[in-house]
Amino acid sequence: MSRIDDLFARKNPVFIGFTVAGDPGIEASLRVATTMIDAGVDLLEIAIPYSDPVADGPVIERAHVRALGAGTTPDDAFALVREVRGHAPALPLVLFTYYNIIHRRGADRFFAEAAAAGADGVLIVDLPSEESGEVAPYAARHGIDRILLIAPTTSPERQHAILREASGFVYLISLEGVTGERDRLPPNLTGLVGAVREKTDLPLAVGFGVSRPEHVAAVAAAGANGVIVGSALVRLIEEHSSDETAMHEALATAITALRRGLVPDPEPDIPRRARIE
Amino acid sequence: MKAGRYGVYGGQYVPETLMSALIELEETYERVREDPEFSRRLSWYLHEYAGRETPLTYCSNLSRDLGCRVYLKREDLLHGGAHKLNNTLGQALMAKFMGKRRLIAETGAGQHGVATAIAGAALGLPVEVYMGEVDTRRQALNAFRMELLGARVVPVASGTRTLKDAINAAMRDWVANLGETHYLLGSCVGPHPFPRIVRDFQSVIGEEARRQVLEREGRLPDTIVACVGGGSNAIGIFYPFVNDDVALVGVEAGGEGLESGRHGASLSRGSVGVFQGALSYLLQDGDGQALETHSVAAGLDHPSVGPEHAMLKDSGRVRYEAVTDAEALAAFRCLSRTEGIIPALESAHAVAYALRAADDLDRDGILVVNLSGRGDKDVADVASLHGGTA
Ligand SMILES: Cc1ncc(COP(=O)(O)O)c(C=O)c1O
Repeated sequence: MSRIDDLFARKNPVFIGFTVAGDPGIEASLRVATTMIDAGVDLLEIAIPYSDPVADGPVIERAHVRALGAGTTPDDAFALVREVRGHAPALPLVLFTYYNIIHRRGADRFFAEAAAAGADGVLIVDLPSEESGEVAPYAARHGIDRILLIAPTTSPERQHAILREASGFVYLISLEGVTGERDRLPPNLTGLVGAVREKTDLPLAVGFGVSRPEHVAAVAAAGANGVIVGSALVRLIEEHSSDETAMHEALATAITALRRGLVPDPEPDIPRRARIE
Repeated sequence: MKAGRYGVYGGQYVPETLMSALIELEETYERVREDPEFSRRLSWYLHEYAGRETPLTYCSNLSRDLGCRVYLKREDLLHGGAHKLNNTLGQALMAKFMGKRRLIAETGAGQHGVATAIAGAALGLPVEVYMGEVDTRRQALNAFRMELLGARVVPVASGTRTLKDAINAAMRDWVANLGETHYLLGSCVGPHPFPRIVRDFQSVIGEEARRQVLEREGRLPDTIVACVGGGSNAIGIFYPFVNDDVALVGVEAGGEGLESGRHGASLSRGSVGVFQGALSYLLQDGDGQALETHSVAAGLDHPSVGPEHAMLKDSGRVRYEAVTDAEALAAFRCLSRTEGIIPALESAHAVAYALRAADDLDRDGILVVNLSGRGDKDVADVASLHGGTA
């Protein structure tokens, strides 16, 4: 059983955190990842920084700029995955990337390196199912789940086509727009989750805009199996860039608060490190 | 060839949320192409409003100096001062047919922004134009012109603060406002169906030029030259000639020289990559990050190029050359003095190449240069480069 399957079999719903490799610096980013995990992130998405992140709003875009400014390369992102894997052997890790990073390396090499580093899934934000034939065989060859996205604008026919190829879990985009915090989530979340739920047994995780404990609660109440928080955590890195101790405290506090929006764990509250190792 | 592909190039490399809009756009385009009412209205705007057809001017002074027969296709005389209006009128009319209530656009030199503002005003659609902060400064006149035309200019402060970041910003706006907004992309770049739509709306340039040169000379030209930023004026004039025995040359921004690393020559010096929705040639580093580019012409200052040009390069059907800033500036002054026509700095790249290429033609050889725009927007910039002396 893969780490992703195992997680969703054990827990429902799960809390998924997002960070950009190399933000705010190459070494500092490992400390950010471990803080996030120790504070209760069940699955970590690690983005490879890219020069033109068109699916991202200003907060995450600036994180890409910071990471590139620190000299972060895809090799550094793989190295980060390897180190995080050492820190949390059972924790599912998903690499989040724009497609040109993969195209430039060659898909076979990219997925081989991702697997060797210890990644469980790869999410390619600008590769819709129409074009995904270019990577599918390589993801399969190296045992990597392809995390595919469904948007509120995805027609039922395309939902079927996407779900035929998806593995691991399905990423439901909550709203029309780029990543970024929102005051409130769209009212039709339950409808979106329900419509996709009818078509697949894969776990469904909801992201984009989720930034407050009450949003997390709303996503959980809509029947999702996972909640993805990005910008709300990335913003804390930016806000505390001059004080790393405060940054880690803020991240841990925020994750604890956001997690409270989830329905209580079915398991007793045993110490986290003990559980994942 | 797969739909939306030019050889291996093109495609739809976009976030899932945009796919529905691209599908809607493609369906609308297929519908309006067959719709006589759409053709009638577009034709009215092109002829009665924009001033088509544009002349194919025989340049007697330049012909005498160069020793061959030189013609200019005068897109500089199109309303707005550049070829861009062919595309913006077509797409704005499509947006009307789709029931959209708002246009957004990106702009580099400002010409596409101005052309979108004009089309929006003419067709009664509000316009917002994303423009890199660097470009709002170096093309301040066009930024003001857009506002005068009722458009809102949104300065983009992210990334390199130029055209590519303006495109990123427009795509982010579009993905958040799909229902009411049409993204009026200004060149034959981006995801399918944009490269095809833009090419088709710009092909009026080549269709007219073909008819005009046959009337005048009784034969097709030997060589056609056009500048290439995203590639829309070039594909517009090339496309109706691709199956003919006519040499086609696209001229890219050589900036400070191809060896300097400061240029915009994605076909001459780039490698294959995915950028802003399409597979094409791209100026990128070893990891796939887009590189910073440079050109004296803001409209050519872009790391990638339309996918159809990538195919035409590989097949050898079109030759792509580069012209430096200095050569373009020299051609800018040369055309102004010899013919009394001030070209846009972008178009001056095509003129500069023509000055070079004329050596290979004999006295009866026919050379057509696509003069994609007029240079008024550049006069202040050139004056400051030359320390105020013409
Ligand atoms: C006059 C003129 N020519 C050419 C271009 C380059 O665009 P394209 O290569 O799409 O024709 C521009 C772009 O702004 C322009 O303003």
